Amino acid sequence: MEKFTSVSGAAAPLLIDNVNTDQIAPVQFMRSLEPDYETALFARWRGDPDAPFVLDRPCFRRAPILVTGGNFGCGSAREVAVWALAAHGIRCIVAKSFAEVYRESLLKNGMLPVVLEPALRADFEACVVAVDGQAPFTVDLEACRIDAPDGVTFEFAMDAGERMALLEGLDDVAMTLRHRSLIEAWERQTLHDRPWLQQVGEA
Amino acid sequence: MGATLFDKIWSRHRLTEDESGKTLLYIDRLVVDDVRAPQVLKNLERRVLAIRRPDLAVVVQDHSVPSFRTHTSLGGSQFVDATRVAARRHGLRLLDVGDEEQGISHVVMPELGLVLPGSTYLCVDSHSPTVGGVGALGLACGSSELEHVLATQAMWVRKPRQMRFRLEGRRDDGVYAKDVILHLIGRLGLEMARGVALEFTGELIASLPVEARLTLCNMAVELGARRAVVAPDEATFAWLAASPHAPRADVGRRARQDWEDLRSDQDATFDVDLVIDCSELAPQITWGTTQAQVASVAGHVPDTAARAGLDEAVWQRALGYMDLSPGRRLAGTRIDRVFIGSCTNARLADLESAARVLVGRKVADGVRAVVVPGSRAVARKAEHLGLRAIFTDAGFLGASRAAPCARAAAARRSPPASASSRPPTAISKAGRAPACVPIWRARRPPRLPRSRARSAIRVR
Repeated sequence: MEKFTSVSGAAAPLLIDNVNTDQIAPVQFMRSLEPDYETALFARWRGDPDAPFVLDRPCFRRAPILVTGGNFGCGSAREVAVWALAAHGIRCIVAKSFAEVYRESLLKNGMLPVVLEPALRADFEACVVAVDGQAPFTVDLEACRIDAPDGVTFEFAMDAGERMALLEGLDDVAMTLRHRSLIEAWERQTLHDRPWLQQVGEA
Repeated sequence: MGATLFDKIWSRHRLTEDESGKTLLYIDRLVVDDVRAPQVLKNLERRVLAIRRPDLAVVVQDHSVPSFRTHTSLGGSQFVDATRVAARRHGLRLLDVGDEEQGISHVVMPELGLVLPGSTYLCVDSHSPTVGGVGALGLACGSSELEHVLATQAMWVRKPRQMRFRLEGRRDDGVYAKDVILHLIGRLGLEMARGVALEFTGELIASLPVEARLTLCNMAVELGARRAVVAPDEATFAWLAASPHAPRADVGRRARQDWEDLRSDQDATFDVDLVIDCSELAPQITWGTTQAQVASVAGHVPDTAARAGLDEAVWQRALGYMDLSPGRRLAGTRIDRVFIGSCTNARLADLESAARVLVGRKVADGVRAVVVPGSRAVARKAEHLGLRAIFTDAGFLGASRAAPCARAAAARRSPPASASSRPPTAISKAGRAPACVPIWRARRPPRLPRSRARSAIRVR
């Protein structure tokens, strides 16, 4: 897995709740085995010359940080909605809250989901809006802190295991297979106690 | 203190915990669908990872399969073909297009007895909790996690909070599981059960057939729940006994005895425990653009955003999309499309309920009505019971070939068949339209063979 230690750059505000995975990566772009994720990204919200989508504004074209509302990534479990943002260069998403499957998929892709304390959130969002892409923010996972351009800092909490996995870029399969003997023992015991769980479709 | 049903399934599958309190759970059954299979299996090869237990995984062709034979050339076939090749290369059980056992994952897995009470089930699909209807624990994940579980047969999960909904009262005729769950969503909201493990119990649940319990758990996802379960009972055991792959003979008897314990203990406690009286429940209709914008069939569109419990902008958008005015009586609203199908409502009992209404009746002019059985087995049984004839005589377009469930967004953006500029309305009690429609149908109306096309002509 890709490591995440820190990232610096523009923070793009998309301050709406319940952005779902089909809005992030519309399904009609997924009809190819190797879709163009960058084109798919928020495709229905882009292309209006009168109202350019936030990620199309020149200052946010390479933004590595997305700032958004509650329940981000809800809806279908499709991971392409993570890959599409990654294809655009997003490495960190600061949201009011995340849909669970989406959050887990971000972590699996070496991307950092951040949820700020409610008390800090309004200030942070106001700061992002005021800066408007004209100066970089820095998200530092080692310090669990976001540095705003004006020197103000916003600390966030992160699960210790998830933080370590991101910082070290740990291989999830190798980590789990450290418990291989437990898994094998469980299978032996279950084959004995509840064989129907270990034998599929054998009458 | 007693254990809940969820506690019991959890503790039976718990392997260990990490420092931050996540549990490593053993996964008994994995479904790999045709959207995910090509890439996930290729990634495993790239990472030089072996599938730990190929015998516990099932590859199901369901998301990209065209419902209508004439639509095979529109793009899904590359997924279907790649999935077939990948499944064979890895020696995985494949429910392929044209197989007698093929269908929508969450329909066929319980129906075939491939997912059993007390087991854990994982699929890259938000509606995995459907299998809670037979007392299994359905988990959803992304593609990367599926790779991890294929390689390890285990998944790190944090134990969620638990809720119980005790649904009391008897249902009237014409009130189904879909009405019950829509009512709950309308009353409690889309986030009421966010992230929790939900157990449905009570008098009403006991009276529901197993298929209806699957519907209920399927849509618990729309309450925000990520897991939902109903304790298995005599009805479950009888339903499974009729399935082709459930355990039989000695193993079957032992399983049956084991499953008796799969219920919450009397003294089990939940973080939230609600008793909900459903005795007055009427059929429900969603009038807007989310499952929470719901009213009873005799009800009205709310007259203000505040009464609807919505932000003004969301409220205006919903009304505009549906072309409805505030306060309007719902009965009598014109219907454009009817869809019966998807992993929510495509089981035999659903088709039987609809057929009872349709006998001797015709689909009204201007209405496009489609029924897609959830599996080949459902289609076969429906044919055998004469249901297919009832649907086609009534003027439904029927697809018995496959059972798709994806690509809905594309469908929503296609012009309605009537060529009016308005989007298709979703007022339909029958299906979860427009959230799930037959895939390719969305792009262009099916060109049916002559004989079937004639049966689809509407006569009043």
